[in-house]
Amino acid sequence: MAKLKLRLYVTGKTAQSERAISNLREIIEKDLHSKYMLEIIDILENPQLAEDEKIIATPTLLKELPPPLRKIIGDLSDKEKVLLSLDLKNI
Amino acid sequence: MKKVDKLMRVEKLRTGIAGLDSLANGGLPRMRSTLVSGSSGSAKTVLAVQFLAEGIRQFNEGGVFVTFEEPASDIRMNMLSLGWNIQQWEDENKFAFIDASPQPGENVIISGDYDLGGLLVRIEHAIKKVKATRVSMDSLSAIFTQLQDSTVIRRELYRLTFALKQMKMTSIMTAERLTEYGDIARFGVEEFVSDNVIILRNLLEAEKRRRTIEILKFRGAIHQKGEYPFTIIPGEGITVIPLSDIELKQKSSTIRIHTGNDELNKMTGGGFFRDSIILVSGATGNGKTLMVTEFINGGVQKGEKCLLFAFEESREQLFRNASGWNFDFEKLESEGKLKVVCVYPEVAGLEDHFIRMRNTIDVFKPNRIAVDSLSALERVSTEKGYREFVIGITSFIKDREAAGMFTSTTPTLLGGTSITEAHISTITDTIILLRYVEMMGEMRRGLTVLKMRGSMHDKDIREFTIDGNGMHIGKPFRSITGILSGAVHHITSSEVDRISGLFQT
Repeated sequence: MAKLKLRLYVTGKTAQSERAISNLREIIEKDLHSKYMLEIIDILENPQLAEDEKIIATPTLLKELPPPLRKIIGDLSDKEKVLLSLDLKNI
Repeated sequence: MKKVDKLMRVEKLRTGIAGLDSLANGGLPRMRSTLVSGSSGSAKTVLAVQFLAEGIRQFNEGGVFVTFEEPASDIRMNMLSLGWNIQQWEDENKFAFIDASPQPGENVIISGDYDLGGLLVRIEHAIKKVKATRVSMDSLSAIFTQLQDSTVIRRELYRLTFALKQMKMTSIMTAERLTEYGDIARFGVEEFVSDNVIILRNLLEAEKRRRTIEILKFRGAIHQKGEYPFTIIPGEGITVIPLSDIELKQKSSTIRIHTGNDELNKMTGGGFFRDSIILVSGATGNGKTLMVTEFINGGVQKGEKCLLFAFEESREQLFRNASGWNFDFEKLESEGKLKVVCVYPEVAGLEDHFIRMRNTIDVFKPNRIAVDSLSALERVSTEKGYREFVIGITSFIKDREAAGMFTSTTPTLLGGTSITEAHISTITDTIILLRYVEMMGEMRRGLTVLKMRGSMHDKDIREFTIDGNGMHIGKPFRSITGILSGAVHHITSSEVDRISGLFQT
């Protein structure tokens, strides 16, 4: 079981969505070297999921595990900020 | 060519909010966004919810409410007091909330580019779900404080308003403003929803709160201009009081009604006209309430329904006074011929008084309406508000084809006029002045019919007395002048003869 559980909300296969996905993969794989579970949700196909999590902006990254719950908005191009916000010292 | 005209013209969507549609010449521009801007506490959220509520209640149109500020649960609860059960509408799939309010304890971090695609998708989804035609967003200013990047928000809100238009939605977007007179809204919100702007104000005038609504602009469509007072009534919500709408379309009738006093009937050339407004002005204790009592009794005797609004005396006092003149008001009221409403002027603002009076009139449907005294209401309002009220209630009574008698208390005992007279003398059809006359060390009472539209009337200033049987109008004062100005001069009988001689043919 992966200790890191993430969900990324995007709207369709736009350049911005792709950028967010590749930025995220790079951060976790190159900087964290940890196992992770990533679920990518296209809210165009599943609007109710956006409603459930009250998503306003896209892309939005949601860190479910480990606690605390965190929400990061944007294409994740600011790597330092993402690492800081994910708060993954314990992994 | 005609077809083009029809396509080009801005269509209106009836909001169903009382008074607003006539102010907006039919309603809000259809399939467009209207910005509703106002300071804190100016009832923006109420208007935004009511827009959807009336759509559901009156036109069976679904609505989507996007909240950026208050959590949906708070709005559900707050609106219950106005009689809107949002939860029930949600269960019936007529109303949908998009809760975009800040989540407690949530710290949003921004890294890189983003857009408001999430919000847009949720709105589209909700619109389909409840088959909405109306969308309210409350308030745009809050999203600027939530996500600090104002360039992105501006671009995205522009995209949003465009998308709403594509989906054929008629929408209201609220925005916060800091001053009552100044910039339209904070953060330059008006730059991207600028086609139609409504401004709500909550003004403090002479220690009294006064709510007004103004349609600043409707691009390509007509509307009434200027500020109009409105009030919020539990169970009904916002009610706008449009004055210009009810003005000057009164029919006039030549049917005479009995004044309630045979002598006064003769002075007015056979009685008042059926749908006329009579103003009775006089100092305190001068017989105004008696004239109202007789006016009502005269109506009841002819089988007419009468309604009396009393702002100075309690029900007990009124009934006791009436019984002193042998009129049994209690019996008349129990028989449904009369309705007496006694209210202390201070219990409500003028706008609320106006709505209550209007509702009472519409329910009871009287032939005669008396207000004793109208000038007592001056105390609870500013001069401007009072003037609007007087014009509003006068036009309303005329519109309902009833006869109205208003009394007005003059501030001075001898002579004098009041604000009431200044405001309504031109819209009343008949003015009767009651004046004290000081004569040889004695206070006597004088009465004159100053004007009566469309009828001959007695021009004399007549003396009258009051006894257990009511008012008795006697002979004219022949030997004195200056009664109306309050500076009475006695003239000798030879002078009287000389002057009357001048006018003899």
